[in-house]
Amino acid sequence: MSKEAAIQATGLSKTYHAPHQDVVAVDKLYLTVNRGELFGLLGPNGAGKSTTVGMLTTRIKPTGGVAMVAGIDVGRHPVGVKERIGVVTQHNTLDRQLTIRENLEFRGRYTGLSARQARARASELLEIFGLGDRDGGRVGGLSGGLAQRVLIARAIVHKPDVLFLDEPTSGLDPQTRISLWEILRTMREEGQTILLTTHYMEEAENLCDRIGIIDHGSLLACDTVDGLKGTAGSDTLLTMRFNGDEQDISRIRREFEAADEVLAHSDAVRIRTRHAEQTLARVIPAAVDAGLSLSDFELRPPSIESVFIALTGREYRE
Amino acid sequence: MTTITPAAVTATAPTAPGAIRPRAWLHTTGALLARDFRVLHRDIPGFLVRVTVQPTLFVFVFAVVIPKLGAGGGIGSLFGRTTSSAPGAPLFSTILVPGLVASAILFQGLTAVTAPLVLELSYTREIEDRVLAPIPVWVLAVEKIIAGAIQAMLAAVVVFPLVMLIHAKGQAPSIDFHQWPLLVAVVLLAALFSSALALLLGTIIEPRRVSIIISIVIVPMTLLGCVYYPWSELSTLRWLQFITLFNPLVYICEALRATLTPSTLHMPLWVLLAVLGGGVLLVTASSVRTFTSRLVD
Repeated sequence: MSKEAAIQATGLSKTYHAPHQDVVAVDKLYLTVNRGELFGLLGPNGAGKSTTVGMLTTRIKPTGGVAMVAGIDVGRHPVGVKERIGVVTQHNTLDRQLTIRENLEFRGRYTGLSARQARARASELLEIFGLGDRDGGRVGGLSGGLAQRVLIARAIVHKPDVLFLDEPTSGLDPQTRISLWEILRTMREEGQTILLTTHYMEEAENLCDRIGIIDHGSLLACDTVDGLKGTAGSDTLLTMRFNGDEQDISRIRREFEAADEVLAHSDAVRIRTRHAEQTLARVIPAAVDAGLSLSDFELRPPSIESVFIALTGREYRE
Repeated sequence: MTTITPAAVTATAPTAPGAIRPRAWLHTTGALLARDFRVLHRDIPGFLVRVTVQPTLFVFVFAVVIPKLGAGGGIGSLFGRTTSSAPGAPLFSTILVPGLVASAILFQGLTAVTAPLVLELSYTREIEDRVLAPIPVWVLAVEKIIAGAIQAMLAAVVVFPLVMLIHAKGQAPSIDFHQWPLLVAVVLLAALFSSALALLLGTIIEPRRVSIIISIVIVPMTLLGCVYYPWSELSTLRWLQFITLFNPLVYICEALRATLTPSTLHMPLWVLLAVLGGGVLLVTASSVRTFTSRLVD
């Protein structure tokens, strides 16, 4: 593998064996995250993001493929990997028996710091994360945003090579989310390699150097935001809904399939095109001639969302 | 702004990734134990109440109240051995001391290991934090067993003087300390055995079944655990005597009888040591397996 890669997954797979039907959570995933990069794994719920992070962080055993993190084979040397990574899991896994400060201190001690070093490092992080005034408080009553801060602070106590965050802003209010973005940006500027998963398009688009789009356990595309928009999603997406006979609607769909790519959708005519105006000028009169009336219309310029729809043929649901 | 993660120098200064590093593992295990005892230290009153209330009440009723009732020829006389009327036979209090210390050891294991583990594995998922500590998962399991065993031994140390000292006049249990090195070994084995059993139980029961465990495990285990009678006296009920052989508490009680009150009837010491020693190995191995499979899937 290349010296620069912080994470490299090669054909990484996870199949859960259930009594009646095997469930493929991750299907031959190929992924490279470079050192110093803030990488976003974007996909809807159930796409396989958490399973992927679980495998990269030693908590889930892959059923196929190889994962290398910080240059170490995760399957063969999980302890070596655990020394070099910080993880913020999807659930609040703060130690509820301990105070905020103790959560940081003990994480430091678990990862090799002496009690004194751990205390100093905890003080430093409490200060940076604006938690200095509540360091002796229990973690039980913390709000979602504060708990997330403590979780992130705890994950970097030992200055990990790679930081993993699984849906870090899920369920947070917009303001708290933005302040967490600031924290992540600062860490990235200081050279911290970060992989985060998210189902918020906006988050991936605003925050990440590169985005990997994942659905049904496979990586569909992986590029910078501009790179992604420049390929599959460079078209404008037109969505029209009509009142009228279902057969007539289908006919309209078929008619414009030749000119532009039409995406099947239950109750709408949806067309990707680089020439939105000309296309509209042809589709709408044709529909009116067929006795249909336009009930809803949407024009979406290229975005990560249109990239997702182009890749999967499906609407993106967060 | 101060740097959050200045220069990517790791605190642990990792060496070869695959190397087995006992010193690093020991450091981490020590830190995990320190965490467990920080938590215990914070709740010493709670610990004392949990450990002492039940055995204290028990000796109070059976070594103080009932003998006094018996003095007047009342209900106490139904408990043949609460008074020293039958010469040569041990007092009930002498039978009780090892039994109550044994059940304190076993049940402290359950409260210290099983109860928190069931929560950490399901509802809070806190265990994920511990799993990310840089040690193999089996070392984490062993750490949990050690932490539970230390608490079980503490429980024994707290309960022992209580059950020895609380009794009515003439009801003093006859305790023999001559075999103290053996006693230490038995308590250690019993504590490890209890803690490993607790870990096994904690990894196989579902959280919603916890209350069932109390009624179908703890109560029958105690009542049929030879806490209140020596095992050999069950010889008049052969089938029951056989069934109780599957109760781990029986071996802990009997081993304590063999060392603390050797004059009372008890199983042969070598059998008890073999069962406890073998049990520690077997149950540790299987609980480490169930623990690992719950955490890494």
